[in-house]
Amino acid sequence: MMHKSHDFLSTPPVNIMKPGFMLARHRQSTRCSLFLALVLWSISAPIQAALDIEIFGGGASQIPIAITPFVGEEKLKHGITAVVAADLQRSGLFRLVDSSGPSLRDPRQIAYPDWKSRGANALVIGSAVMLPDGQVEVGFYLMDVAKQVQLTEYTMIVPADRLRAAAHQIADIIYEKLTGDVGVFSTRIAYVVKQGNKYALQVADADGFNAQSIIEYSEPIISPAWSPDGTQIAYVSFENKKPIVYVQTLATRARKVVANFKGSNSAPAWSPDGKRLAVVLSLQGGSQIFLVNADGSGLQRLSQSSGIDTEPNFSPDGQTIIFTSDRGGSPQIYRMAVTGSASGVAERLTFEGSYNVSPHHNRDGKGFTFIHRNGAKFNVAVQDLATRQVQLLTDSRFDESPSPAPNDRMILYATEVKGRGILAVVSSDGKTRQELSMQAGDVREPAWGPLPKTASRWQQR
Amino acid sequence: MKKVMSVLLIGLLSACASQTTQPTAESTPAARAETNPNLNPILTDPNNILSKRSVYFDYDSFVVKNEYRATVQAHAQYLRDNAAAKVLLQGNADERGSREYNLALGQKRADSVRSAMTLSGAKDSQIEAVSLGEEKPRATGHDEASWTENRRTDIRYQGE
Repeated sequence: MMHKSHDFLSTPPVNIMKPGFMLARHRQSTRCSLFLALVLWSISAPIQAALDIEIFGGGASQIPIAITPFVGEEKLKHGITAVVAADLQRSGLFRLVDSSGPSLRDPRQIAYPDWKSRGANALVIGSAVMLPDGQVEVGFYLMDVAKQVQLTEYTMIVPADRLRAAAHQIADIIYEKLTGDVGVFSTRIAYVVKQGNKYALQVADADGFNAQSIIEYSEPIISPAWSPDGTQIAYVSFENKKPIVYVQTLATRARKVVANFKGSNSAPAWSPDGKRLAVVLSLQGGSQIFLVNADGSGLQRLSQSSGIDTEPNFSPDGQTIIFTSDRGGSPQIYRMAVTGSASGVAERLTFEGSYNVSPHHNRDGKGFTFIHRNGAKFNVAVQDLATRQVQLLTDSRFDESPSPAPNDRMILYATEVKGRGILAVVSSDGKTRQELSMQAGDVREPAWGPLPKTASRWQQR
Repeated sequence: MKKVMSVLLIGLLSACASQTTQPTAESTPAARAETNPNLNPILTDPNNILSKRSVYFDYDSFVVKNEYRATVQAHAQYLRDNAAAKVLLQGNADERGSREYNLALGQKRADSVRSAMTLSGAKDSQIEAVSLGEEKPRATGHDEASWTENRRTDIRYQGE
C-alpha cells in the first residue's frame, strides 16, 4: 500500500537527490505503514557516507497533518516543505495528508471544509521569499482544521544556506505545538562507519544529512559520547594498538588524550556539567570505573568490585551513575552514588534474565534504556526507575548501543539486517521504527546529541 | 547536471578534507617503533615455541588452559632472561553482546595471561595487558568456530 506522501515528495529539491542513488523500495506490511526512502549524501574523502532511511509501522494515534508547499520555495536553491514533512513523518506521530492543490500563503484563503474532508486535523501554509540582500524570509501558519483557528505563526530571516536548519526549526515548532513535547529535529547524531579496514566517526543531522567525518583511521573507534553542550565528542580509539579515550572539539578539530593509563581505557561518559568524565580503566586491575577531569587530570576511582564494572552513565542531576556490573555473577545494571571515594556499594536495578547491559538514562531522569538478552536475541528495553517495570521495545536479534533522543520519545540504536550493521530508531512506545543504513559498509555505535543551544531567531508575527 | 554535481562534490570534498582528523604516523608510537633489527629471531622461529603467540579460551572462561601453559611459561622465561624485553598482551572476545562489556571480557583474558607470566618470573613492568574486545576479530564468521577463534589473547613483543 503506497502512501499518498509520494505525490507530495515528487518534486524534491535538486541538491538533495542525486540521480542514480534514488531508491524506490515498496514493501507491503500487515500494518498501515509509511514507506519513505530518502537518499542523503554527505561529504567525506575516503569514506562515503549516505544514510538511507526507511520507516516502518505507525502508532495508533497519529495526527493527520497537511503541509502545503511553501509559496516561493521553487525559486530557491533548497526547499523547506519536503524537509518539514519528512521530519514530522519520521517522528511516527504524524500522518501526512494529501496536500495537492493551489499553494496558499494567506490564512484567509483557507477552505477548511476541503481540508476536513481530506482527513486533516492540522494544516500548515507558508512562504519562503528571497530578500534583496540575498537572505530568505521564511514564514508559516499552523491552523487547527476542525476549529478553523490559527494555532501559531512564525517568521524568520535566514541566510540562503541555512534553509534546511530553518525547516528543522519549523518542524520543531509544529511538533511542540501539537504534541506538547520538545522537538528534536534540529539535533545531531554521531556514529561509527566501517568500510573495509577503514573506520570513521561521523556526525550528521538527525535526519542523516550533512554527515561529516570528524576522525578516520585504519583502527577501530568505539563509544562516542557527546559533551552536554554538544561542542565536543569523547571516543575510544585503537590507533595505538590499545584502547585510549580522546576528547575532540568539533569546531576546531583539536583533540586531547583524556585517558591513556597502563592497560585499557574506555567507556567515556560525561557528567551533566561537562567538567568530568567517567571512564573504565584496567589500571588497578580488572575493569573499574574512575572519574577524570575533562582535561585528563585528577583521576579518582569510583567503583570497587572484584568483577567487571563498565558502561557508566550519569543521571541528569549528576548525583548517581548507572552502570553494567557482573559482580553478582552475570552482567546486570546497577546504580551508585557519585561520591569522593571509591565504593563497593551499589543498588541492583535489573533482575530479569542473565544479561542486562548498556544503560543510558532518559533525559528526564525517570527511567533508562538498556539492552536485554532474551534467549538468543539482544533487544532494546526501557525501565521505569519508580515502578521498576521493564518494557521490551524491539524484537530483532542483535541490538546494541541504545541512545535516547533528548525528548526521550525515540531511541537510536545499532542493529543488523542481513549481516550488515545499520542504525535504527524506535519510538519509546515501541510502535514506530526506522532504519538508517549506509549504501556500503557497516554503521554502529550511535549517540544522539543534545538539544542545540542556538539563540532563537524566530519571532511570532 | 552531472557537471554541476561533480563540481559541487569536489568543492565539498575539499571542504571536508580539511575538517577530518586523520592521525598521522608521528602520533602513533606503534608506527614510530620500526621493526627492531635486534629482535631475537627465536621469537619468530617456527620451530621455537616462542613463535606461538596466541592463547585460546573456552566460552565464559578466563583460565589459561593446560594445553597453553607451556607456551605461556616459555614467554615468561624469555622475559625473565631478557630484562629489556617487553610484551603487549591483547585480549579478545567474540562478537556477541555489548562492545564495552566485551572489551572488559577481553581484558580478563589478557590479565589472565599476565598473571600466569608473572607467576613464572616475568616482571610486571615488562608486561602491558590491554583489550581489543570484539573489535579486531581474527575470524569474521558468525558461528561457533569463529567465536572460538576470537576468544584469545595474543602476545606481541615491543619492536614488532
